[in-house]
Amino acid sequence: MASTALPITSGLPRGLRGVFPFLVAIPVLAALQLAVSERYFLVYIASIIGVNIILAVSLNIVNGMTGQFSIGHAGFMAVGAYIAGKFSLETKQLAISLLPVAVSDQLMFIVALLIGGSCAALCGFIVGLPSLRLKGDYLAIVTLGFGEIIRVIVQNTQAFGRALGLSGIPQRSSFFMVYFWVFLTIVIARRIAASTHGRSLWAIREDEVAAEAMGVNTTGYKVRAFVVSSFFAGVAGGLFAHFVPIINPGSFTFVKSIEVVVMVVAGGLGSTTGAILAAIVLTLLPEAMRTAFVALSGGQASLAQKVDQIRMPIYGILLVLLMLLRPQGLFGNKEIWDVVPRWWSRRRKGLA
Amino acid sequence: MADLLQHLINGLASGTIYALVALGYTMVYGVLKLINFAHGDVMMVGAYLGYSTAQRLGRPAQSSLGGVLLVFLAAMGGCALLGLGIERFAYRPLRDKPRLTSLITAIGISFTLEYGFQLDFGPLPGAAPRAFPEIIRPREWFILGDGDVVIWNWQVISFLIAVALMVTLQYLVFKTRFGRAMRAVSFDHRIAGLMGIPTDRVIAGTFMLGSALAAGAGILYAIKDTAIHPLMGLYIGLKAFVAAVIGGIGHVPGAVVGALLLGLVEEFVVGYTASSWRDAVAFGFLIVVLLVRPEGLFGRVAAEKV
Repeated sequence: MASTALPITSGLPRGLRGVFPFLVAIPVLAALQLAVSERYFLVYIASIIGVNIILAVSLNIVNGMTGQFSIGHAGFMAVGAYIAGKFSLETKQLAISLLPVAVSDQLMFIVALLIGGSCAALCGFIVGLPSLRLKGDYLAIVTLGFGEIIRVIVQNTQAFGRALGLSGIPQRSSFFMVYFWVFLTIVIARRIAASTHGRSLWAIREDEVAAEAMGVNTTGYKVRAFVVSSFFAGVAGGLFAHFVPIINPGSFTFVKSIEVVVMVVAGGLGSTTGAILAAIVLTLLPEAMRTAFVALSGGQASLAQKVDQIRMPIYGILLVLLMLLRPQGLFGNKEIWDVVPRWWSRRRKGLA
Repeated sequence: MADLLQHLINGLASGTIYALVALGYTMVYGVLKLINFAHGDVMMVGAYLGYSTAQRLGRPAQSSLGGVLLVFLAAMGGCALLGLGIERFAYRPLRDKPRLTSLITAIGISFTLEYGFQLDFGPLPGAAPRAFPEIIRPREWFILGDGDVVIWNWQVISFLIAVALMVTLQYLVFKTRFGRAMRAVSFDHRIAGLMGIPTDRVIAGTFMLGSALAAGAGILYAIKDTAIHPLMGLYIGLKAFVAAVIGGIGHVPGAVVGALLLGLVEEFVVGYTASSWRDAVAFGFLIVVLLVRPEGLFGRVAAEKV
């Protein structure tokens, strides 16, 4: 069982422990925002990484902590993206009175994200309630089916632009906003893991029958975990919609869901830091490979396209190999600070 | 009225193909309690094997009776080997691990096949759809009125082949030693092992059988759809799985009934609304069935024993 509190905060007085992460994170993020705000490509890549981190960490609540298997995360992301995007499009001209335009825009953006997240959470509730009463495999197939249904609905709805998607959504996202939500997701995931709620989730993951026998309301906890996870997936989608020029059904296919699953599994089912690390590496790796190939081939685009093609089968093989060789993922259900110091001290001892 | 009849025929035709794929799901689930997510992709590989065999045979030979038989045998044999390989290397090492791990492996295999076949170097075909050779030349077999209701010859032939394969399967499962061993393993694979049944071999055999059926379905689907592409297995596989769940997963005749039902529902929804809704129908149907009767039409409720 992983240690639950961040090691840094354990020395603080009790009252401060809850707000301490916020006191640190907000100034740091604001400073970073000032540093990177002019470098658009960097912000773009960082935003994609951020969205992937939110997706991976939130999926980890269901797949990792609760041991249920959802493979429709892109569906919830799509709900968030489309609802938030549509809201922003419709209210583009509106501004809250007595406030500067920038501030009012950001407030409207937050409202859009919350609406998108809530709609995704509602969908999570509707999908989760029947399927979470069933075994894990059914949940997998129902979530997958749900993702597909969402895609088909979007493709058939005029208001969502059908296959063409939505364009012209105001680009209100910023480095600060994305990473503030990343931070919020991580804090909430960690708090859940450390709470009574989290203990129940771990119990369900280890042995559902035993958990039920010990008085854990398994369906209730599973549905709640699912709703929280869907909410953040929706927020991730909302953020995504506000920094890419266009969203269309093609951005939220089965492939996207599997990408997130690979991140969670590779990082270790139940390890929040593992999921973060995997999300960063698996987002940067193809980009880096693409740049490297373009540089090597003297600007030929065809090799770069090959990288994109090869990425998918490699994801598949990676999943199989991971399950065969290290079914618990890189970090298992431990966090980085559980693994690294021990490994470090063992190495130092080995050297001495 | 003619409309209704035509939809009925089309629905039955696609239902039989779903049924062949669904049988593979239900058999594997029966012996292993595993959803073989890669099953639809095995079907896709079968279609491609049939495609390359037909190409190699050339034009007159591929549509002769011997040629068609050879196309089917090559695809089914090749896929049986593929199924054997997948079971041996991806599922067997994980058999005693939590079921989630084999589910993830299955998704991994499925992903590898789907996107591996989209690469375009070496023998791999690339992402573009290929026209499947006309090994059965389409001809109207039966026309009612002024072309109001048409039954195509390939619909009849597919139906007959599918029925023949299902009857063979039924015989295999209920009349042979292998079938009895299979049923025993499905009942309780540990006890079956103690009773001297070679569990590993039976499970491998089940995979081969299911994969061969899938390959047959792949070719029938290719004849119907006239084109094949690397992602074709994804949706057919999922829908066949839905069919198996509707019939009660692990129940052989249930899978057939579920598949026919799904084929009909899909055809009617698409026929009376728009074809862009096709992919949502199956999952909507699944969710409804899971809500009302989670064990499926013929399934039994099994309490989980500790």
